[in-house]
Amino acid sequence: MTEALNPDCDVAVIGGGPAGIAAACVAAEAGRRVVLLDENPEPGGQIWRRDIRHAAPPLAARWLARLSASGARVVSEASVVSARFDHGISRFVIVAEHGTSPQVISAGRIVLATGARERFLPFPGWTLPGVLGIGGAQALLKGGMDVAHRRVLIAGSGPLLLPVAASMARAGAHVLGVCEQAPAYRVLRFTASLSVRPSLLAQAVRYRVAFARAPYRTGTWIAEARRDGEHIVAMLTDGARERPIHCDLLCVAFGLVPNTEVARQLGCATRGGCIDVDEDQRTSLPNVFCAGEPAGIGGVELALAEGEVAGSIAAGVMPSGGARRARARLRVQAARMHRAFALRDELRALPAADTIVCRCEDVPFGAMRSAWAPRQAKLYTRAGMGPCQGRICGAALHYLFDWDVDSVRPPVEPARVETLIAGAALVAADSHIASENT
Amino acid sequence: MSGGNTVRIQVDGRELTVRADATLASALMDADVIGFRTSVSGDARAPLCGMGVCYECRVWVDGEAHRRSCMMRVRDGMVVVTGAAHD
Repeated sequence: MTEALNPDCDVAVIGGGPAGIAAACVAAEAGRRVVLLDENPEPGGQIWRRDIRHAAPPLAARWLARLSASGARVVSEASVVSARFDHGISRFVIVAEHGTSPQVISAGRIVLATGARERFLPFPGWTLPGVLGIGGAQALLKGGMDVAHRRVLIAGSGPLLLPVAASMARAGAHVLGVCEQAPAYRVLRFTASLSVRPSLLAQAVRYRVAFARAPYRTGTWIAEARRDGEHIVAMLTDGARERPIHCDLLCVAFGLVPNTEVARQLGCATRGGCIDVDEDQRTSLPNVFCAGEPAGIGGVELALAEGEVAGSIAAGVMPSGGARRARARLRVQAARMHRAFALRDELRALPAADTIVCRCEDVPFGAMRSAWAPRQAKLYTRAGMGPCQGRICGAALHYLFDWDVDSVRPPVEPARVETLIAGAALVAADSHIASENT
Repeated sequence: MSGGNTVRIQVDGRELTVRADATLASALMDADVIGFRTSVSGDARAPLCGMGVCYECRVWVDGEAHRRSCMMRVRDGMVVVTGAAHD
């Protein structure tokens, strides 16, 4: 950071993916002081993550250019550690770790656009090096990982399997296959439902063609992975028969889980595992908005529409009719996707007693008791007490045992003590800034 | 110093030439680093989520521990120590 950031703003947007970018653009264009906090080196989130080998796709390029021109102040490499409403200064105080130093922002309103992460389900061998997520593999690919001639097997669930298989194939990988756990009839029905959006259907076909030589199988999943010298042997199953597939990279993930931690730490109410929002993207807390995946997994177009709505309302202006209409239509589409790719029961039976469930603390499945809640798991086994703060195992245990998520307390990311101290100390300084600005 | 589109970094004492704007985790995957960190039970771990959630990719960078290699780009002269070398 070369110039000092005025730590007070009208609207703080947390998360620099499509939803956060849209919110920051419209709020800044309406004349508000906007700060966008994002933890990656550049904005874009996951789907628009900068690919070092290719130019940004047109939609991403347009929005990123619009963000640069909007006047919003983008702070990259900033991980939000806590957020609270401070009654002393009547502002929200957001504490972030910027690289390795603290950054404290105060804001009148907050738009939470923290996106989603992948859902990982444990199976024997899932902790081996070379077993990656699907979005995870895509992220590493965009960051320059060379997959030329590497044998890649992609498995799990959801629409993300297709574009990542296509990216891998285009990058020269030998894609061995794409294995969707959902049964054929559901995938076919979902594909047919895309016919109302011919452009989406065309895109799906283009992806499929990109890895044309590899099979796309439905009703299959990975039962186990073993290391064999330098590579991985994955056991592919349809529930009846198993067969081994030798690969260099095994990419496995089962859909997306909303990143609701900052919102829940602030105190926002949830519904069905997501942040509860109204048609204006307002959460249960005054002056706190939520847009995109944390308000319900639904993809990039929905994130953009919700970001526009949230940013507009947060800036005190009316959102465009187009954004509102898109939102309604895209929510219906998202619901269809969830039904199509619902997870099958067999996935609950994959982990063996010695299969690690909490990767941070190496807690095996056999140490868990289904009658517990996350709190007991933490107390008796340390599961959820590592640096990922239960993000990985929590989603898995929620599916395996139907556990609710545990409550969230700050810091919502591992942070230096220096950052936690700075957050407390700068509130006194902020009250001086707030009184200057009124 | 390095020229063109590459930088030089040091990984567990090895000098590597990598693309200038690569993510550190991607560069380490290409360098055939098997174990980014060593787990509590002594197993080698490598990136899983690629997006800063799982912390499996954490390495020492320029003397600082627990840096998520998937969340940063390489810099010329970066000194990286993985779990395998440290433990």
